[in-house]
Amino acid sequence: MTPTTALSWFARHELRLAWREGLAMLTGGRRRRTRAAVIGIVAFAAFLHLPAWAVIGRFAELRAPLDQPSLIIMTATIFLTWALILSQAIESVTRVFYARADLDLIMSSPTRLAEIFSVRIVAIALSVTAMALLFAIPFVDVLVFTGGARWLATFGVVVAAGLSAAAIAIAITITLFRLIGPARTRLAAQILAAVIGAGFVIALQIAAILSYGTLSRFAILTSDSVTALAPDAASMLWWPARAAIGDIATLLPLLSASLLLLGGVMAIFSARFADTAITASAYTVARPRGSRARAFRRGSRQQALRRKEFILLGRDPWLISQTLMQLFYLVPPALLLWRSFADNTAALVLVTPVIVMAAGQLAGGLAWLTISGEDAADLVASAPLSPSQVIRAKIEVVLITIGVIFAPLLAALATAGAWQAVITACGVIAAAGSATSIQLWFRVQASRRHFRRRQTSSRLATFAEAFCSIGWAATAVLALTIPVAALICGLITSAIFAATWKLSPRRE
Amino acid sequence: MMPAAAALEVRGLTKRYDRPAVDALDLTVRAGEFYALVGPNGAGKTTTLRMVAGLLRPDAGSVSIFGIDALGKSAAAKQVTAWVSDEPMIYDKLTPLEYLEFVAGLWGIAPAVAKPEAHRLLLSLGLEPHLHERCEGFSKGMRQKVALAGALVHDPRLIILDEPLTGLDALSARHVKGLLGERVRNGDTIIMTTHILEVAERMADRIGVIASGRLVAEGTLGELRLQNGSADLSLEDLFIALVDIEVAAA
Repeated sequence: MTPTTALSWFARHELRLAWREGLAMLTGGRRRRTRAAVIGIVAFAAFLHLPAWAVIGRFAELRAPLDQPSLIIMTATIFLTWALILSQAIESVTRVFYARADLDLIMSSPTRLAEIFSVRIVAIALSVTAMALLFAIPFVDVLVFTGGARWLATFGVVVAAGLSAAAIAIAITITLFRLIGPARTRLAAQILAAVIGAGFVIALQIAAILSYGTLSRFAILTSDSVTALAPDAASMLWWPARAAIGDIATLLPLLSASLLLLGGVMAIFSARFADTAITASAYTVARPRGSRARAFRRGSRQQALRRKEFILLGRDPWLISQTLMQLFYLVPPALLLWRSFADNTAALVLVTPVIVMAAGQLAGGLAWLTISGEDAADLVASAPLSPSQVIRAKIEVVLITIGVIFAPLLAALATAGAWQAVITACGVIAAAGSATSIQLWFRVQASRRHFRRRQTSSRLATFAEAFCSIGWAATAVLALTIPVAALICGLITSAIFAATWKLSPRRE
Repeated sequence: MMPAAAALEVRGLTKRYDRPAVDALDLTVRAGEFYALVGPNGAGKTTTLRMVAGLLRPDAGSVSIFGIDALGKSAAAKQVTAWVSDEPMIYDKLTPLEYLEFVAGLWGIAPAVAKPEAHRLLLSLGLEPHLHERCEGFSKGMRQKVALAGALVHDPRLIILDEPLTGLDALSARHVKGLLGERVRNGDTIIMTTHILEVAERMADRIGVIASGRLVAEGTLGELRLQNGSADLSLEDLFIALVDIEVAAA
């Protein structure tokens, strides 16, 4: 096999792996579900055209030359998209470093590693770009149908964003490895990915709250102060926005620059990529970790179970990063709460659905980890406890954790308004209870390592959990504003919850 | 002389998937006995032991552990039983000591008893340098030893082991065999599946040969030789002869 043939063969291998990993994420690893997954994706993409039209339809008639506010809003939107792609790319790179089990095979082969890992970098870039294109399709469709074929250039901007985001993600992750070592990089990269993904929006929201007392990011983007700070129309800062509306003269340099960036990263990092991946792999194989010797603690069997769950939850980097993110998302509403407490504005009610949603989502994740993600299921099953005692202890862990996280927020809310705090607390209990029950009814034995794929084990459970969280959040906010509507919304959510129970494999 | 009481009595144990995995199995293991269950892949050994350990509900039959109905009073039966599978079942994010503390808590063992016992077990299995390291970096053999220590920390009277020596190096295997021998000498009962016939031949008081979910032969090595009509055969020869007959009959 010539070196070129070997590289193209490896590229095919990488793309096939990326495709199958993506498919496994969608189908839960069950090949029979492939057709259903494809139909589901197509249906979901078709459905996405509706929100896409609502969000972006009004921009379709924009034409060159763009005025300053339009340039600012479009550039900010493109930057937000790029940040999300970068977040996804960091996640992908971390996954390749830590999860691929083929390093021994690759390292023992007689191929040149720098070339092999160059291919792997390209494969990461392509998969990240493909994912970005997939999500961009409904939005670009809307723009093309309502604004003309010139909007097809937006695909070029997405490709440039995907390639540059992948290149920067690889550079960031490998640099993190060098700076803080593999042990901390995994957690740091996950937190960084989450912060980058949401940070821009949250920063805009914080600025809008502090300046205008609203959560709307457009308030700050269209403000006079931002317009005054913005550079003139000839600036390179506006190239992505101009390229998106069909300016080929700016699109081509953007694409070239992103390719050059990727090429540069490949040249600099492909050799280090091998070292980094091997270090990460070694890290997963052997990592001494000290722990202080202490006395065995007394307590009931259920206490032993709860203690173990708390230790494992506390040592789960993914969960910690997700919890931090949930709290991070609560920063803008908390800020709004602080301002509203001073100003007594009606915007304070927006805090309630955010807290309820966050509680539901977090409870769902925790419930999966404790109930389904039991790594020593045989050990627990062979212990002298009844299954109901085991389940009860695990549910208690979820509810205690939710209580510890959300009690301070509810206490803060109570200082602003006792009635809103009570309603929010009820919403948190309902959302957390629903999410935990759904995870209980749909539990399957799995490893904690598969937490990322938990949604694929049952689509019904995933959607039911999301709809219940949204439903209880809406019910809570309506209870504060339109109580009659809250009753209807609560009944609908209860019906969804009951239907989920009826359809679940374990009705308990 | 009083006959030895049964540690385990299995009657008519049946489990079907698309075909019978365990087919009306009768099995008796005496208290204080080291019993080895051998058989080809898919013979029903692990399914049998999982049903005995209360991890799998049988379709029919009964399981009695030291006279306790293991299907009716499962918690009481589990209190005196330990199960170790061939795939070590431990938590990556716990240290061996934390793992043993958890197991002792599950079985309701007082900390004053559990802690010194945990130390003794981990030391005897050569895990002293790793007591405070998280298990995520452990080799399969080390994980197997932690799981075994976890099984023994609550001082079970019946120890059920599914391929306990898989993945262990020679020294570790010697540690484990020594520990198991000590338990039997102290009056505990061990039932173990193994593919390593030499281990069964050297360690077991009695050997049961299982094929197609049925017990096709049982006894000491001498009794098995007698049943097969040759005093010179090794267990491997006997095993192949017995399993071949069963396959031919099927």
